[in-house]
Amino acid sequence: MIVLGIESTAHTFGVGIVEDRPPHIIVDRRVNYTPSKGGIHPREASLFFMSNASRVLKDALIEAGLTINDVDGIAVALGPGLGPCLRVGATVARVLASYLKKPLIPVNHAVAHIEVGRLLTGFKDPLVVYLSGGNTMILAFSDGRYRIFGETLDIALGNFIDTLVREVGLAPPYVVGGTHKLDLCAEVGGSFINLPYVVKGLDVSFSGILTAALRAFREGKYDLKDICYSVREVAYSAIAEVVERGLMHTKKGELLVVGGVAASKALRSKFEVVSRLRGVKLGVVDPQYAVDNGVMIAWTGLLMLRHGITVEPEKAYIRQRWRPDGVDVPWMG
Amino acid sequence: MDGLTLIASGAEADLYRGRFLGYDVVIKYRVPKGYRDPNFDRAVRMERTLTEAKTMLIAMECGVPVPTILYVDVENALIVMEYVDGALLRDVIPSVDGSLRRRYLELLGGYVGKLHVSNVAHGDLTTSNVMVTSEGMMYLIDFGLSRVSYDVEDKAVDIHLLIRSFESTHYNLTKELVRYFLRGYTSAVGVEGVNIVVDKVREIRLRGRYVEERRVRGGGEGPIRSYV
Repeated sequence: MIVLGIESTAHTFGVGIVEDRPPHIIVDRRVNYTPSKGGIHPREASLFFMSNASRVLKDALIEAGLTINDVDGIAVALGPGLGPCLRVGATVARVLASYLKKPLIPVNHAVAHIEVGRLLTGFKDPLVVYLSGGNTMILAFSDGRYRIFGETLDIALGNFIDTLVREVGLAPPYVVGGTHKLDLCAEVGGSFINLPYVVKGLDVSFSGILTAALRAFREGKYDLKDICYSVREVAYSAIAEVVERGLMHTKKGELLVVGGVAASKALRSKFEVVSRLRGVKLGVVDPQYAVDNGVMIAWTGLLMLRHGITVEPEKAYIRQRWRPDGVDVPWMG
Repeated sequence: MDGLTLIASGAEADLYRGRFLGYDVVIKYRVPKGYRDPNFDRAVRMERTLTEAKTMLIAMECGVPVPTILYVDVENALIVMEYVDGALLRDVIPSVDGSLRRRYLELLGGYVGKLHVSNVAHGDLTTSNVMVTSEGMMYLIDFGLSRVSYDVEDKAVDIHLLIRSFESTHYNLTKELVRYFLRGYTSAVGVEGVNIVVDKVREIRLRGRYVEERRVRGGGEGPIRSYV
């Protein structure tokens, strides 16, 4: 069984092709939209996707040495994500599926991050921490679905640190050589400034830290490097604490870190402390697949297709706020 | 103090059982966390210890059963309190019949309402932080993330967290649990009070990332309304 997956939820247009035989991943092609200033502009990102979609698709098939007819199903991320961006992937996938009469598989982007993480780490039933530009969630499998045990009450971790570095003039670009500007700036700091530390149950909140940090910056009383250090310390500690609480609560024996922010070394070292403390296995998805990609969509599509989960092209609506706990995962448990 | 035995190791504190001044007690010790900056870690542990002791005293004053506090050492982040012998509401809910479930949830609603009237938000309200004794007495425990607050937001977060603990742990019972809880809560805070808090709960749940219900603008069936 071979499945082609299309990702276009935010800044990446990706096409992945996978099969049910190991090593599973056949091809991973993608293009990234990078804003020249500010954050992602949804319309501009979608225009960029439109002008690149057919080339990425073609390149993926050429690299795989396959024709589109060799594919058994077309998987697409229908959400969550930015509307204009989602529509590009959805349109391409609907056309392919209806023209070629192939099954169309509706994939949830968050579930896909988890599934590619499980594939790469071999983890069976982890507590998942999903950290990206638009998402901050603590999830675990329970009774047929990935349930959300904790999340941000306001902005996502990635959005928070991106906004901070942009507002203080360090970005864009947000990431240099695989390291986020916040981490680069924090490495040289070390004197701790008091910032609001918010942990509510298994939930976190970053908007208060953002406001306090920007106020501290504008007052000019503190060094930017110390602000960066303290922001990172407070924000990452809050994540580490809710992860520890989540492990205690769910009693899972594995901790899986997925999503674009998983690449941070400072964050990883905090998760290492937590996993040692609680005697659980730690798996951090390799940066290549921790960020958005088509492979994760294809792989999740393959799992779904095996269980006969497909959608008619005319009913394949995008869902900008589609939560992972709305998706049955019959291959688990 | 003698004969200390570790009875539980929570996410942020270790609980020891022992005897203190002739009482059967629990000693709650907040463990330093290696993942936090040491100065920051010490500040967090001291602050939480002090707040926990203060809010538990307020709870006792307003008639909400909590373990009685016997001694507090803020510097060393420890609290000595009465030992309560009971089961967690989380484990009790699936094993009791509907009428008892209703009694427990109404009782809990009343207690949380009283706390909120006294401007205390529990901060980590889940069915794992409520104990029920074999005589049917209910105790609220673990005030580690609590705070004195006049802000409706903090009270609403309590209810939001509780509902999420229903959804993640007792998902097939969520609707009835919320209904009974709010009935008890209303008896303590009044109809006007409950409406203000419930509206806020709704707002918080809509604020979350990718909440599908947000598409319904200007009213309609929000996520908590769908339970009540």
